[in-house]
Amino acid sequence: MPHRTFFWFIIPSLAAMILFIALPVISVITQSLHVEHEKVLVSSESCGPFGCKQITTIDAAATSELRADQPLGKFSGFDNYTNRNHLAFEEVVLAWKSSESIGAFVEKLLNLPFYKALAFTLTYTFVVTPFVIVLGLAIALGVNALPKFAKGPTIFVSLLPMIVTPLIGSLILFWMIDGDGVIGASIQYIFNDPDLSLKASPSLTWMMLIVYGIWHSAPFSFIVFYAGLQSVPEDTLEAATIDGANRWQRIRYVVVPYMKPLVVFITLMQLMDNFRVLEPIVSFASEASATSLSWIIYKDLTSDTQLFGSAAATSVLTIIGIAILLLPVLFRTWRDFSRTAH
Amino acid sequence: MSTIKTIALTATAAAILTSTSAFADCGIKGNANVSILGNDFPALHAVFSAAQQCAGNGVTVTKNHNKDYKDLMVPALSANPAEYSTTHVSNATLVTLMNDDLVRPLDALVAKYGKDLNKSQLVTVDGKVMAIAFMANAQHLFYRSDILDEAGVNADELETYEQVLSAAQSIRDAGIMEYPVALNTKAGWNLGEEFVNMYLGTGADMFTPGTAEISINNADGVATLNMLKSLVSYSHPDFLTFDSNATQALWEGDKLALATMWGSRTSGVLDDEGSTEKVVMNTEFAAAPSFNGGTIPTSSLWWDGFAIAKNASEINAEASFIAMMNGIATEMVEANNDTATWLIKGYKPSKAAEGVTATAMNGASPYPMLPFMGALHGAAGSELSDFLQGNESAEQALSDMEAAYNVAAKEKGFL
Repeated sequence: MPHRTFFWFIIPSLAAMILFIALPVISVITQSLHVEHEKVLVSSESCGPFGCKQITTIDAAATSELRADQPLGKFSGFDNYTNRNHLAFEEVVLAWKSSESIGAFVEKLLNLPFYKALAFTLTYTFVVTPFVIVLGLAIALGVNALPKFAKGPTIFVSLLPMIVTPLIGSLILFWMIDGDGVIGASIQYIFNDPDLSLKASPSLTWMMLIVYGIWHSAPFSFIVFYAGLQSVPEDTLEAATIDGANRWQRIRYVVVPYMKPLVVFITLMQLMDNFRVLEPIVSFASEASATSLSWIIYKDLTSDTQLFGSAAATSVLTIIGIAILLLPVLFRTWRDFSRTAH
Repeated sequence: MSTIKTIALTATAAAILTSTSAFADCGIKGNANVSILGNDFPALHAVFSAAQQCAGNGVTVTKNHNKDYKDLMVPALSANPAEYSTTHVSNATLVTLMNDDLVRPLDALVAKYGKDLNKSQLVTVDGKVMAIAFMANAQHLFYRSDILDEAGVNADELETYEQVLSAAQSIRDAGIMEYPVALNTKAGWNLGEEFVNMYLGTGADMFTPGTAEISINNADGVATLNMLKSLVSYSHPDFLTFDSNATQALWEGDKLALATMWGSRTSGVLDDEGSTEKVVMNTEFAAAPSFNGGTIPTSSLWWDGFAIAKNASEINAEASFIAMMNGIATEMVEANNDTATWLIKGYKPSKAAEGVTATAMNGASPYPMLPFMGALHGAAGSELSDFLQGNESAEQALSDMEAAYNVAAKEKGFL
């Protein structure tokens, strides 16, 4: 293809990518380097149903003048990244110096909001992703072996967890695990402990969120693997059978190698998806025990005091985090690709 | 089939006729659009619906009840013209709007149309009326008289949280309930509110006066945290997920004997839905207790009211004020007397209002109207759960809270 034709060919998608991906990212990065202007505070008297009181208010006129001069806010460099609510360099160094053991250091580290969120986000990502892949493949193999008439309904039912909106799905589960809910009450009965609660301790909350994540994402990997299974050549499988391979060996040496590109695809998607886990944390009200990077962004944007710079900084850190996670997978794919191309 | 159709059509037509004939002539002149934004609870439904009766004759009145109205408010009123001409506000949200200069002074409108208002309904800042309050709310004590009797506790001896703790212990010792106590301690805004309420009971300032510098990392702060921790030790281990809906459900489910809940929940607890007669008959309300040897109730007084958008046109602003005055008229209160603790003329305090009234009478402070209060509230909500779970000391929790506040306040330009 001549360069000219190629250029005209890709220009629509290039324009769309700049408009919808590059510009928003640049805007977020710019935002993350700014904080709000200093507020001009004035003292005044306020009266209401409960009497009068001296209060502090913002001089709106003076503040809006400042804002008109510099609409983006005050440039603060990387303050939003290094402050206590994010990477907390100062606090980390201090924690390192004042800790006698690694354990004490980790404990202090996890007391900082960003690292607490990162700990759960990474655990969630690295536990849910492999489980989803293995479980998805197992379901796909199982469904594939079913007689034809049963396949349709089984596929539909297996896809249900993915069809339910995460916010709703996790909220329903949250009610079910309540002490009065069907799962919560059953667990109390099984362990014969009327006070056992999945919501009470951080470790149980983590487990519950991870189980929810696997339940929610397994259908995605199942349907991808199921589609892939349809393309595994029959004759290779037959040849393997004739060579005396049992079912396990056929899966291990014929099916799984065929599924490899799909494993890469699902791993990429799941790493991205799981790293930005948010909805179950909101629905399970698990703020006290487990938070994630996306949840920090959500909180910064929805609390009484909206912190746009802070949210932008966490967003950029999330993008960097996802890039780091995807790098090994992408690198591997690129190496395989260039090897086959030569 | 056709008869059914005819009946249905006639019924619809009749409904349309009655609904158009129901409009009241509120005296709005010309064509105006009134649009109201507000939270979603029964008292507000009553007010907004009464305001809607002003629709007709070229006047439209639309309302939007939304639990997340706080998040919609600022962007919707920043637009010019504003997306909503009037909005529901409270002590905390009025500050948010005033921080961005989004609401207008109401003095002229009050002089013209506000003759029925009580003086206490006018919320003034620096001499200018910025909002009209119409109901009061506060967290206060709920108790079950039958359970206290059974445990041998005198209900008059619930004036301090220390007494509440010993009552809870008696109930536990009597084997009636293992977890008789609940507060709205869901991590986040609710827990922050509990901290603020308890701290107000010490009577100390949360900020160095005249500045935005936080001063809670002191003996009062430690006492506040220790009391909260003692109380939640009588709460179900799930306490960090308890919001108002959860605590009301527990109360109605006969699982609590002592709880600190919102006054706006009393009518819901007392109605004949969602609970048994035993619970409803024995539910009593009292002022929020004091603690630590003080006399100030550990609660903050809230008012709910309305403000008019600065970016609304003069015609719409005036029409909105008239419509809202119709919304908070005495007739509305007469029809909805028990729905809230109204501040409006004609209100007859009922049992549901006992707790809020007693809390106010005992000298509780209003929720602080400070521009940086939201940052403190948020810091309390997210940094205190570790302490309540027993993972860190009170001092550590307070210094975490202080650090989180400082970062947020710096970013907002207060420090």
